[in-house]
Amino acid sequence: MTAASAPPRPVPEDAPAGSGSRPRRRLPFSPWHLALAPLALLFALPLLWLLLSSVMSDAQINRFPPALWPSHLDFSGYRYVLGNAMFPRWFANSLIVSAATVASNLVFGALGGYAFARMRFAGSRLLLVTMLATMAIPFQLTMIPTFLVMKKLGLIDSLGALIVPSLVTPFAVFLLRQFFLSLPRELEEAAWIDGCNRLRVLWSVVLPLSRPALSTVAVLTFLTTWNDLTWPLIAINHDTHYTLQLGLTTFQGLHHTKWSAVMAGNVITVLPVLVAFLAAQKSFIQSITSSGLKG
Amino acid sequence: MPRLPAPLTLPPEHAASAAASPSDDATADRRRRALRRRRRTESATAWAFVAPSVAVILGLAILPVVWSLLLSFQADDLVTPSRWVGLDNYRALRQDPHFSQAVGNTLKYTAMYVPLSMVLGLGLALALNRRIRFVGLYRTLFFVPFVISATAQGVLFSFILDPQFGAANSLLHHLGISPQGFLTDPGQALFVLVAISLWSGTGFCLVVYLAALQDVPPSLIEAARLDGAGHRHLLRHVVLPTLAPVNLFLVVWQLIESLQVFDLVYVTTKGGPLGSTTVVVYFVWQQAFQNFTAGYGAAAAYVLAVALFVIAAGARALRRRAPGGQEGAAR
Repeated sequence: MTAASAPPRPVPEDAPAGSGSRPRRRLPFSPWHLALAPLALLFALPLLWLLLSSVMSDAQINRFPPALWPSHLDFSGYRYVLGNAMFPRWFANSLIVSAATVASNLVFGALGGYAFARMRFAGSRLLLVTMLATMAIPFQLTMIPTFLVMKKLGLIDSLGALIVPSLVTPFAVFLLRQFFLSLPRELEEAAWIDGCNRLRVLWSVVLPLSRPALSTVAVLTFLTTWNDLTWPLIAINHDTHYTLQLGLTTFQGLHHTKWSAVMAGNVITVLPVLVAFLAAQKSFIQSITSSGLKG
Repeated sequence: MPRLPAPLTLPPEHAASAAASPSDDATADRRRRALRRRRRTESATAWAFVAPSVAVILGLAILPVVWSLLLSFQADDLVTPSRWVGLDNYRALRQDPHFSQAVGNTLKYTAMYVPLSMVLGLGLALALNRRIRFVGLYRTLFFVPFVISATAQGVLFSFILDPQFGAANSLLHHLGISPQGFLTDPGQALFVLVAISLWSGTGFCLVVYLAALQDVPPSLIEAARLDGAGHRHLLRHVVLPTLAPVNLFLVVWQLIESLQVFDLVYVTTKGGPLGSTTVVVYFVWQQAFQNFTAGYGAAAAYVLAVALFVIAAGARALRRRAPGGQEGAAR
């Protein structure tokens, strides 16, 4: 795939050469903006409103008709959320779970992917096929037994229950395998002849070349883990072990009229993903389209 | 996670070429033995490498699938030992009005969301696939909602669409339209959920289509243009046909996503009002973790899984039957 970020080629170009059917009065901009700009605004508006309402006071929000623009910046929502509520705790939980999941997917995904790409061992084909097949299993089919397994392991209602089921996903293994296969074998052979063992070859030759694939795995794993609600909802009971997503929805249920606080909590929930996305937008979109299109 | 075709070519063994020197039988023999030994240790190392993946994937995918099937033939409350009831759960499902309502809602949601998100995504991609200014900015704005969690979306839109305090009704008020119930109105809730999903899901279709459009070979366009193809012809006979594999991918992807929708429903409506937004996964969750009828929930999950499997198998067959030559884009 070409990078999604590559400058778009003009496929059906704006002003097709020789179509002099109608004399057009030149707008100072392409007429497509007339359709695109309002739509883009419509897409941006909810997020803008999220930001605005998080800095409004409840008095401004809870009147009819509510104010659409804050008359002054009011950070009481943030103060409430960061002071009285458990948001800092939930934020830390989400961070721990996401970081652990990303790290373990990188480690185990690289090990498994490398073995499948470069090493020959009994049963490798069958294993790989089985692993690919498990990708197609919908989560709601496995969630009840997974809950029972986690209960047997004594992990229910702990952060462990959130990490263990996604320690390594078949997606990570497969994506890295495909990438390793695309690397020239000669590089590894040199290290191999120098007497490096497999682990050493993987660590010092293969992984440094695999930045793009590793970052794709990291980005997508982080996104799915951070944003997940279903599994934390099932596995966690006590609010000290909530993740942000679970905390936010519970908080909303309990503080139905403290909208400024709810929106401040929402901003805090969204911010890490948003910052990560805006900082690495190109590779982010590329990750999603390439893994999607190859998928 | 994506469903992947499996090009299962294992690379030829490393050292295989090295063993082909017929000069000296004894050295060849020794070398072969060394190779065999090395292969045995290699096999052990390989297993050590894949062991964690195998453990997690077998333990938390294969085992649960079988367990789930067994559960669906049992009455189980997740606490006390379960009791074998045969096909009773499935029979009960067939007569359960709540389940048929959940299936109906899921199908309605899917029938609206999948085509709309794709058409909107394609339209935007075609509009953005040209030399105009701010393409990057537009793409960012359309795509940003996709990275926002369903929870955050749900909380945000519960607020915006709050019948009393929401901005939406305030806007309608300014326009002189009477306030709406939105998510609290049984007649509107499902449509509102589709609209929220479109807000967040269209960007995904857009970037996938845009990437595919940029992959349409310029030589193809050039050739068609030299043959005198106009704007519309180009689109219909050159651009759209090359998108066929992407279309198939997106249909399958969006179908699977929308048949499994849960988080958004949980956060916004909890299946209500009056069960008008209870979808299948919500039904499964409710049965297993609220009513503690896990066997019944597992049976419902199996019904949905079989439906998903049929869709995936159908798509596979379609892909295989599709005229070759363009397999590149959909892989």
